[in-house]
Amino acid sequence: MKNFLLLAIVAVAVAVASNSLFVVKQTERAVMLQFGEIVNPDIEPGLHFKMPVVNTVRKFDARILTEDSPRQRYLTLEQKALEVDSYAKWRIVDVGQFYVSTRGDIATAGRLLAQRINDGLRDQIGARSLQEVVAGERDQLMLDLTADLNENTAADIGIEVIDVRVKRIDLPDDVRSSVYDRMITERNREAQELRSRGEELAIGIRADADRQATIFRAEAYRDAEEIRGEGDAMAASIYAEAYQKDPEWFAFTRSINSYRQTFNNKGDVMLLDPDSDYFKYLKDGEIAN
Amino acid sequence: MAWNEPGNNGNDNDPWGGGGRKGPEQGPPDIDEVIRSLTKKLNGVFGGGGSSSGGASSGSGGGFSGGLLAGLVVVAAVIWAFGGFYIVDQAERAVVLRFGKVLDATVQPGLHWNPPLIDEVSLVNISELNAKTYDSNAMLTTDENIIDIEVTVQYRIDDPVKYVLAVQDPERSLDNAAESAIRHVVGGNFMDQILTTGREQVADDVQQRLQNYMDNYNTGILVSQVNVVQAQPPQAVRPAFDDVIRAREDEQRAQNQAQQYANQIIPEARGESQRQIEQANAYREEVIAEATGNASRFNQLLVEYQKAPEVTRQRLYIEAVEDVMTASTKIMIDVEGGNNMLYLPLDKIMEQSGRGLGAASSTQDLRALAEQLSPYMPSANNNSNSIDRSRVPTNTRGVR
Repeated sequence: MKNFLLLAIVAVAVAVASNSLFVVKQTERAVMLQFGEIVNPDIEPGLHFKMPVVNTVRKFDARILTEDSPRQRYLTLEQKALEVDSYAKWRIVDVGQFYVSTRGDIATAGRLLAQRINDGLRDQIGARSLQEVVAGERDQLMLDLTADLNENTAADIGIEVIDVRVKRIDLPDDVRSSVYDRMITERNREAQELRSRGEELAIGIRADADRQATIFRAEAYRDAEEIRGEGDAMAASIYAEAYQKDPEWFAFTRSINSYRQTFNNKGDVMLLDPDSDYFKYLKDGEIAN
Repeated sequence: MAWNEPGNNGNDNDPWGGGGRKGPEQGPPDIDEVIRSLTKKLNGVFGGGGSSSGGASSGSGGGFSGGLLAGLVVVAAVIWAFGGFYIVDQAERAVVLRFGKVLDATVQPGLHWNPPLIDEVSLVNISELNAKTYDSNAMLTTDENIIDIEVTVQYRIDDPVKYVLAVQDPERSLDNAAESAIRHVVGGNFMDQILTTGREQVADDVQQRLQNYMDNYNTGILVSQVNVVQAQPPQAVRPAFDDVIRAREDEQRAQNQAQQYANQIIPEARGESQRQIEQANAYREEVIAEATGNASRFNQLLVEYQKAPEVTRQRLYIEAVEDVMTASTKIMIDVEGGNNMLYLPLDKIMEQSGRGLGAASSTQDLRALAEQLSPYMPSANNNSNSIDRSRVPTNTRGVR
C-alpha cells in the first residue's frame, strides 16, 4: 500500500535521525567514541551527526559543579582540633581525560577530588596555627590549596578546581565548652572592672565633694575669724582711744555700771556693814559731832 | 507561568522533555525521546492505545487511510507550532538555545515564538529580589570567641545566560558561598567589634566577598544587599554578657549617686560658709558700733566729769549703789556690836524673795563680785567703810 509505504519511510527516517543526530548543549561537554576509541575529545555545542552503532557520544556537565565535602577533623600546628566543612567548585576542562580517568562519572570525580581536598586541607591546616586558620590566612590557605590541587587534577582527572572554600570551622564540643568558660570569665572580669571602676569614680567624686565642702567651711571659718578679729581690733582701738584719756575715770564708770548690771535681782542678797561709806550719813548723828 | 524559575536548577527547562531523567548527566532531550513523547501525545489525541511500542514505529494501527495520515501530520504540525509560543513577563528575560547553543541571550518581555524541539527557552526572573537568611551558630572570631550571627542576603539574577548555563546549581552555590563568606568575615573580626560597632562593616565585607565568589563561579547573581540581622553571643554565655551590660549601668549609677551626694553637700557647705561670713560681718559691725557708742558716751561724760570731778564721782557712785540696793535684797548687820557667831537663814530669805536663784550660786556670785570690785571702791583707803562681801556664817570683817 502506498500510504503504508509512506508511513514506513517516515518511521525509518525518524529512527535514523534519532540515532544519528544529537545535540550538545552549551552546558555540556561531549566526547565521541568510535568503538570505544575517542575520536573527538571535545564536541562543540550544537546539532551534530554521528554514525549510528559505530559512534557513541558521551556527554558531561560542563558547568561549574560543587563538591560538598563532609565534615572532617583536622589538627592545627599547635595540635588544636578543628572540625571543618568545605566545598569545592570545579569543572571539567579535559573531557577526554575526564572520561578516561573516571569512566565519565561525575560522582567518582567528586570523590577523588574530595580525597585530595581532605589531604590538602590536612597539610595546610597542620602547617598553621588556629589563629591563622580562623582569621588571617584563610584566603591564602585556600589559594595555596587550590593551586596545589590544580597542579595535578587537570592532568589526572581532567578537571579544574576553581575554588575551595571552608564553610565552617568549628571547635569540637569539649573545646567549645571550655571556650565558653573562658568567655564567661572574661565577661565576669570585665563586669567586675566596670563596677569597680564605677565605685572608684564614685568614691573619688564623694571625696572630692567632701574636700571641697571642708575647704569651704575652713575658709569660711578663717574669713569669719578674720572679720571678727578686725571688728574686735577696731572696737578695742576705739575703746582704747577713748578710755586712754582718763583710765581712772574709766575704771570708775565701768565699775559702777557693772554693779548695776550684776545686782539687778531680788535674789541677790547683800549683807551690809553700816560702817560703809554709803551709810555714812545714815549714822549722821555720830559724824556730825 | 515560566517553565523555568530561578528556584529550579535549570535542568527541567523543556516542557516536553521527559521528567524522568535524573543524575548529573542531565542533558537536552534526545531526539529519539522527543519522538517518543510526540507519538505518545498523538496517540493521546486520537485516543489510540495508551502505551505504544515506542521507538520509531508509529504506525501500529493497520488501516490508516492517506487522508487520516495527512490529517495526523497537520494536527501534529499545528500542535508543534502552538507549542512554540511563550510570553516573557516584564520582570523576566528569556534565554533561547538553538540546538544547545545560545541563540538569543536576552529576549525582551512580550509574546514570542520559537520552534519547539529545535529551540529551548529558559525564562529567568531578573527583577525580583530574593532574600535568604543564614542563621549561623557557633562561629569563631579572630580572638577565638564564639558568636551566633544571623545574616540576610538579598540578591537578584543579573546575567540570565550565566545563571542558566554556567553553574550547575546557582542557588546552592550562593548558599555555600554565603556561609563561607560570613564565616570568613566573622573569623577576621574581633567579637566585640561584631557585637557592637562593626555590624555594618561585617555586612559590607560579606557582601563584597560574596559578590567576588559569585563572579568567580559565574553564577550571574548580583548580591544587592547583605544585612547582619542579629549578632549575639551563644546562649551558654549570654548571661555573662548581659551582666556586663548591667555592670556598665552600675558603673554609671554609682557615679550618679556620688555626683548626687556631691551636688548636695557642696552647695550646703557653700551656703554654710556664706552664713558664717555674714555672721562674722555682723559681729564686726556690731562690736564696732558698740565700741563707738560706748566711747562716745564715755567721752561726753568725761568732759562733764572734768568740769566737776568730785561731785560727779559722788553722784554717780551714790546713784549706782542706790540702783543696786533697790534691785537686790539687803540685810544690814552691825558687825561691831554683834556676835561673832551670827546665824542667818539665808535660804529662807532667798525663798522669801521668791526668786528661783540658788543660794550657793548667788553666794558665789556675791563673793566673786565683791573681790572684783573692791579695788575700785571709792573709799577703798578705808577698810571699815567698804561694802563688805560676806559669807554666812562668818565674821564679816577680816577676809579680803
